[in-house]
Amino acid sequence: MASPYILEAQELGRRIPHGEQWLLDRVSLAVRPGDRISCRGPSGSGKSLMLRALSLLDPLDHGAVLWRGASVPAERVPEFRSRVIYLHQRPALLPGTVEENLRCPFTLEINKDRHFDRARITNWLHLLGRSADMLNLSPDNLSGGEAQLVVLLRTLQLDPDVLLVDEPTAALDSDSSKVVESLIDHWWSEAPDKRALIWVSHDFDQARRVATRIVSMNQGQLQEEK
Amino acid sequence: MQATYISLSDSQVGLAALLIVINAVISLGLRLGLERALVWASVRTVGQLLLLGLILKWIFELSHWYAVGGIMVVMTVVAGVTAVQRVSRRYSGIWFDTILSMFASSWLITAFALHGVLQSVEPWYHPQYAIPLLGMILGNTLNGISLGLETFISTLSVQRDRVEMMLTLGGTRWEAARESVRQALRTGMVPILNSMTVVGIVSLPGMMTGQLLAGAEPGQAVKYQIVIMFLICSATALGTLGVVLGGYRRLFNGRHQFCHWQIAPSSQAKEK
Repeated sequence: MASPYILEAQELGRRIPHGEQWLLDRVSLAVRPGDRISCRGPSGSGKSLMLRALSLLDPLDHGAVLWRGASVPAERVPEFRSRVIYLHQRPALLPGTVEENLRCPFTLEINKDRHFDRARITNWLHLLGRSADMLNLSPDNLSGGEAQLVVLLRTLQLDPDVLLVDEPTAALDSDSSKVVESLIDHWWSEAPDKRALIWVSHDFDQARRVATRIVSMNQGQLQEEK
Repeated sequence: MQATYISLSDSQVGLAALLIVINAVISLGLRLGLERALVWASVRTVGQLLLLGLILKWIFELSHWYAVGGIMVVMTVVAGVTAVQRVSRRYSGIWFDTILSMFASSWLITAFALHGVLQSVEPWYHPQYAIPLLGMILGNTLNGISLGLETFISTLSVQRDRVEMMLTLGGTRWEAARESVRQALRTGMVPILNSMTVVGIVSLPGMMTGQLLAGAEPGQAVKYQIVIMFLICSATALGTLGVVLGGYRRLFNGRHQFCHWQIAPSSQAKEK
C-alpha cells in the first residue's frame, strides 16, 4: 500500500562530529501532501539541522528519512533532492547574470530532459511587480530581497514536491518578506494536494501566516504545537 | 665537441660566497634585517648540498638497486610531506593521498623516461640517470600538488554554499565538486605551463645550463631539456589530478554529501 506521507523523519539523530552530544535528538515528523508546516525555536535549537537532515545533506547517526514510504538509496539521492529541495538561509548565487543563475539547474544531469522556461519566469516576475530586465542583472547588483527572490525562482521553476525553507526572510524588510511569502504561496497553490512546505521561521506571526501546522524545536527535540 | 668542464676548487666556491657577504653588508648598512636570513640560507645551501654530494658519491660508487631505490623512496616521501606542509587546510587522509600520488606520478614518469625515452639505461637504476631525473620531476610535482590541493580545499571551503546549492538542486557530488576540481588542476599546472611558455626566451633552465657548463653539445642539452619539460609537465598533471581526485573521494561520500566538517586548518595555520 502506498504511504500517505510524502516525507517522513523517523527518529532522526545527529551528534556533534567526534562528540557525544545530540544536536538532533530522535526527531520524528510525518509530512503529507498539502501540509504547510512551520518550525519555530530558539537559535541553535537544531531547526536548520533538521532541514539539512531531511534533505539528506548531512549523514545521520540515528534514524532514517523516508521518501514516499521508502528509504532513499545512494544512487537516488540526486533525484530525491530534485523533488525535495532545501533552500539555504543565505542565498548562494553564481557569477554571471540572474538568467544564468536560473539556467544553472538545467545543466545538471538530473534535469537534462527539462528546459529553462523564460516566459514562465518573466510571468512570475510580473506577478511580483518586477521587470524582465532583472534577468540581465549581475547578482552583485541585487538587494538581499532580490537575491532571495532569484534563488526562490531558481528552485520553484523545478516544481519540487516538498520545499524546505530556512528562514528565507530573516534578513529582509517587511515588503520583501511579503513578496517571498507570496511567491511560495503561489507555488504551493498551483498543486495544493500534491505539494508540501516546511518553513523554519523565528517570527511567530509569519509562522501562523504561512503554515497550517506549527512544530517547535528545542535542544534538538521536536514537538508539535497545538 | 669534447665534453670538458672547469673543475672548481674550494677557494673558487669561497669567492662566490663573497657575493653573499656583500649582500649581508648592504643589508646591515640599510638596516634591512636580511643578513641573518641570508647567512642562514647560505649555510643551509652549503651544508645540504655537501651532504647530498657525499651521499650521491657513495651511491654512485655502490651502484646497488637497493641503495638507489632507498634514496629515491626517501626523496619521494620528503616531497609528499613537504607538499602537505604547504597546505593551510587539511582533511583526514591527506598525507596518505599526497604521498601515494607523489609516488604514482613521479615513479611512473621516471620509469617511462628511463625505459621508454632514454632506452639504453642499464641497469634501470643507474644512479647517474635515475636520481637526477626523479629529483627534477619531484621538485616540480611537489609545487603542482601543493598548489592544487590548496586551491581545491580553499575553494570548497570558501564556496561551500555554492557546492551545497548544487547538491540541493539535485546535482551529483561530481557536479557539485567539478568547478573546484577544475580550478585546482588549472592552478596546479600554472608554474610548469609558465615555465614551458618562456623557456629559452626568458629563462635558461638549470639542467640545460648544467649540461652546457659540463661541456655538453648544445643540441644535446636542448633535447634533454625538452624531454625533461615534457616529463615534468606530465608528472605534475598526473600528481595534481591524483591528489585532487583523492581529496574529492574523501570530502564527498557516496550519498552525495559534502563532508565539510572533515576540513580543518593545519597546525601552522592555527598558530598564525
